[in-house]
Parts: sequence; C-alpha cells; structure tokens
Amino acid sequence: MATPQAIRPTQINVPIETESVKASPMAKLKIRNLNFYYGSFQALHDIDMAIQPNKITAFIGPSGCGKSTFLRTMNRMNETVRNTKVEGELLLDDENLLTMDVTNVRRRVGMVFQKSNPFPKSIFDNVAYGLHVNGIRKKSVIEDAVQRSLEHAALWTEVKDTLNRPASALSGGQQQRLCIARALAVEPEVLLLDEPCSALDPIATLKIEELLFQIKNLTTIVIVTHNMQQAARLADSTGFFLLGKLIEFNDTRKIFQNPGKKETEDYVTGRFG
Amino acid sequence: MMVEISRQRKVVNAVMLSLSGLCTVVVIAVLFFILGYLLWHGISSLNLDFFTKLPKPSGESGGGMANAIVGSGKVLLLATAIGVPVGFLAGVYLAEYSGKAFAFLLRYVVDLLNGVPSIVIGIVAYAVVVRPMRHYSTFAGGLALGIMMIPIAVRTTEEFLRAIPNSLREGALALGATKAKTVFTVVVPAAISGLVSGMMLNLARVAGETAPLLFTALGNTFWSKGWLAPTATLPVMIYNYAIAPEEDLHKQAWAAGFVLLTLVLLINVTARVIIARGPASARR
Ligand SMILES: Nc1ncnc2c1ncn2[C@@H]1O[C@H](COP(=O)(O)OP(=O)(O)O)[C@@H](O)[C@H]1O
Ligand SMILES: [Mg+2]
Repeated sequence: MATPQAIRPTQINVPIETESVKASPMAKLKIRNLNFYYGSFQALHDIDMAIQPNKITAFIGPSGCGKSTFLRTMNRMNETVRNTKVEGELLLDDENLLTMDVTNVRRRVGMVFQKSNPFPKSIFDNVAYGLHVNGIRKKSVIEDAVQRSLEHAALWTEVKDTLNRPASALSGGQQQRLCIARALAVEPEVLLLDEPCSALDPIATLKIEELLFQIKNLTTIVIVTHNMQQAARLADSTGFFLLGKLIEFNDTRKIFQNPGKKETEDYVTGRFG
Repeated sequence: MMVEISRQRKVVNAVMLSLSGLCTVVVIAVLFFILGYLLWHGISSLNLDFFTKLPKPSGESGGGMANAIVGSGKVLLLATAIGVPVGFLAGVYLAEYSGKAFAFLLRYVVDLLNGVPSIVIGIVAYAVVVRPMRHYSTFAGGLALGIMMIPIAVRTTEEFLRAIPNSLREGALALGATKAKTVFTVVVPAAISGLVSGMMLNLARVAGETAPLLFTALGNTFWSKGWLAPTATLPVMIYNYAIAPEEDLHKQAWAAGFVLLTLVLLINVTARVIIARGPASARR
C-alpha cells in the first residue's frame, strides 16, 4: 500500500481528472455543478462527473454520504420525495435530463433497487411490465423481449418452464436477477443499481457481477456498492463520496492502488467508514 | 418481594385470561343463540314457497318472500354500484395523491359521514330523491345504502393501499410508468384481495339496514315494477311482519331474519377466506 507521502504527488492529477470530466464528448451522462437538497438539508454538493458509455461506473463511500441520492437524481426518482430541490446540470446524450418528460427519462435510465422488489405478479408479467407501460402490445414482441431479458439476467434457464409462477416463489438472488431482467426489458441506455447485492449471499452476488459484466455492451452501468472488492472487481471507473461530496473520481485501478486524495486512501485501506 | 410480585402477576394473569376466555365464549354463544332462535321460530315457514312465492293477502296463510329477496338483491347491487366506486376512488386519492393537510381533512369528513345515523341518511334520500320523483323506489333505497357504504369503502381502500410497500411503486415508476399506471396496475392489484373482502364486509354491514329503506324503497306486496318503483326488501319485510298481528306472519319474519343473517354470515366468511388466501402483500 502506498504511504501518504507517496500519494502527495499524485494530487497533481486532480486538475487533469476534472479536465477529463469536462472534455468528454463521448460521455453518456454528464453531471455539472449538481446540488441536491432534502428540504433545507443539502445532500449533494457541486458534483461534477462524466459517465462513459458501455462502462461500469461504481460509487463507493460510507453510508449516508449521498450515493443513493446521487443515483436517484439520474432517473429523477428523487422527485417522488416531497420537498426536494435539484440544482445544476444533468445531461443524457447532451440532452437536459431535468426538462425531459420524466417517464421518458426513466425508460431510458433504468434502476435496480437495494431490496429486490418484484411485483406480486407472475415472472413473465414482471418482465413484461415495462413493455406494457411503454405501449408495446404485440405478443410476439413481448415474448421475445422477456426471453432475451431473462437470458441477459442469467435467469432464463432457471425459470423458462415456470414463467407463469408468481415471482415471489423465487429465491432472493433470483428475485434480484428478475428485477434486473425487468429493467433490461425496456432496453435502457443506462442501468442504475443501488447496492443490488447487499442482501445476497456470495454466490448470488457473484452471479449478478458476472451478468453485469456480460451486459456492459448493451447498456451503461452505474452501481452503488458498499463492497469495495466488488467495485474493484467490476468497475472501470470508481467515484468516492464523502458527506455529499465527490472526493475523487478516476479509473478504478487508480482509486484502489494509487488514490489521489488522503480521504480516498483512508477509505479504501479501511482506515475508516 | 420479587416472589410476591410475580405471584400477584400470575394471579392477575390467570384472572384476566379466564375472564377474556369467558367473554369469548359469550360472544360465540350469542351468535349461535341468535341463529338457533331464528331457526327455531322460523323453520316452519322455511320451505320452497318462502323463496319462490309472493306474500299472500292478509288473512290467508302460506306464501313467501320471493319479491323481498329479489328486492334486497337489487337494492344491495345498486348500493354496491354507487358506494364502492365512489369510496374506492376517493380512497385511492387519499392514499396515493392527496397532500397531508387535505388528507387529514378528507379523513375527518369521511369519519363524520360514517357517524351519520342511517335514519338521517334515509330522510335525506327521501327528501332529495323520493319527493321530487314522487315515488318510493329501488333506486332511492340503493342510493341511501350506497351512501352508507362510502365511508368504509374510502377507509378500507386507503388502509389496504397504504399497506403496499413503497418499493413496489418505485419499481413501477422506475420503468417509466406514470403515477396513475403505477397505482392501477401495480398497487391496486397488489391489494386486490384485501380490497374485495373489505368491500364485501362493507356490503354485509348495510345488508340488514332497515331504517333508510322504510322511506325510500318502502315495501311492496307484489313484484316491483322496476328500479324506479317501490320494492319489498327483507329487512323491511321483517319489520312489517313482526309488528303485524298474525302468528303466521311472525313465523315468516323469523324465517326472513334467518335468511338475512345467513346471507350476511356467508358474505363475511367468504370475505375472510379471500383475505386469508390473498397474496402476502395484501395480508400484511
Ligand atoms: N428522503 C429523505 N429525506 C431526508 N433526508 C434524506 C432522505 N434520504 C436520504 N436522506 C439523507 O441524505 C443523506 C444521503 O443519504 P443517501 O443518499 O441515502 O446515502 P447513501 O446511499 O450514501 O447511504 C443522508 O444524510 C440521509 O440521511
Ligand atoms: Mg444508499
């Protein structure tokens, strides 16, 4: 592990890092000067970030530091919470996400939650739900999409004979993969995952990590995780949050092996958090 | 000292337990006593005629209550058609849309409405429906009972929808569903068994109402001529027969009471079964 002295020089990287955020015409999502408030409490401070397409971006940081809040601004889920305010710029393919039709935003930016939340419907109907909602009625199209999504979520072989069974009959890990399939069915351009494995055992977790790796070419993945090994295994880039601020955002390897900030170093080496 | 206290607790515990046990037995006994009593007095009139024939003119014995059974069915159908949709939609609004302050107000108004005595609702239905239309009618009776169903329908809907975890709403919204889509294709279906059984209990509750029917549906010794004409109903029939002088009519009143109670119990039991068999999300 690098000593604090060895880290100092790398702080020079910081301006370059912000540079790379600004000069990123390729970015799928661009976030500039983002501030977020729950009533009078400011949960996010001046976040700047560019999220690259077809990459996995991970957010780490101690709990309560605003990771979920940040994730939920990206599909405007925070709007369902009363008395919140967002400032700054959020661009999806250079389009202002904050002024787009909200249902359209959420179709394009899908989300998987910490606790799996299958609807009390059949496995098939769960995956088909997003298609129905978006006006797709043709049976063959829906059936194809359901199968494809379940395949991408590495669940098809396990459920292909029981598609009409209630989703509640599945195991925890299967339910979370079902929720991923459900999100994938509407072919989102970005998939947000908020600690999707926090309630799962290591084997179920590994399955999800593998499938996320497989679907990188389909969508842009942003994952919040409290598990640093998971971020290190999965992510191309990692952002470290602390008290509502983005302390550092860089290549995952850099974050874990040669962090540019003292706080990051302390966190990834387990000195706090 | 400690031993003293714990012994005292045990005694109190034992007394309370046997007391509440006794009261439970009393509750059950009352129900079966009523059922048995009705059956005992009404059994001689409980025959096929009772369900298929019209009442005989006064003085003649025999006959039945077919018109009252059908009349009650029609009144309750109409009451459901009015009370359930109105109450359900208001409940949906209360649970899913309204702000805190307005919800408080609405809930308060609903509770007040629930407290309005049934006879008052009957008088109002008489004044605003029967008088202007110059006719007692099935419609007026159904409307009165329908209004009586609204408060419970609102509160049942609100409670069952609130019991649905927010994570389901978020799951639907995150797929691009509108708020209305989310409510009607995820939240309501998740609560459906609770909602259906709640509405059935609500119906059972008004099925025996007599006072509001006395001056709305009135009564009829023949088949009702339609929704806008007066009709016989079981509760009013019981009332009329019970205060009539003829012994035979008393028996028929007991029989009608038995039929009505059985109907109410059946609705109740069915509702409970639906709740018990419903999806876990609704059972909670
Ligand atoms: N609905 C809410 N209302 C008010 N404050 C909230 C709400 N949700 C989160 N917060 C606060 O915002 C901060 C960030 O929370 P969150 O984004 O959930 O953190 P994380 O996901 O990193 O654990 C915390 O201080 C939390 O208490
Ligand atoms: Mg969180």
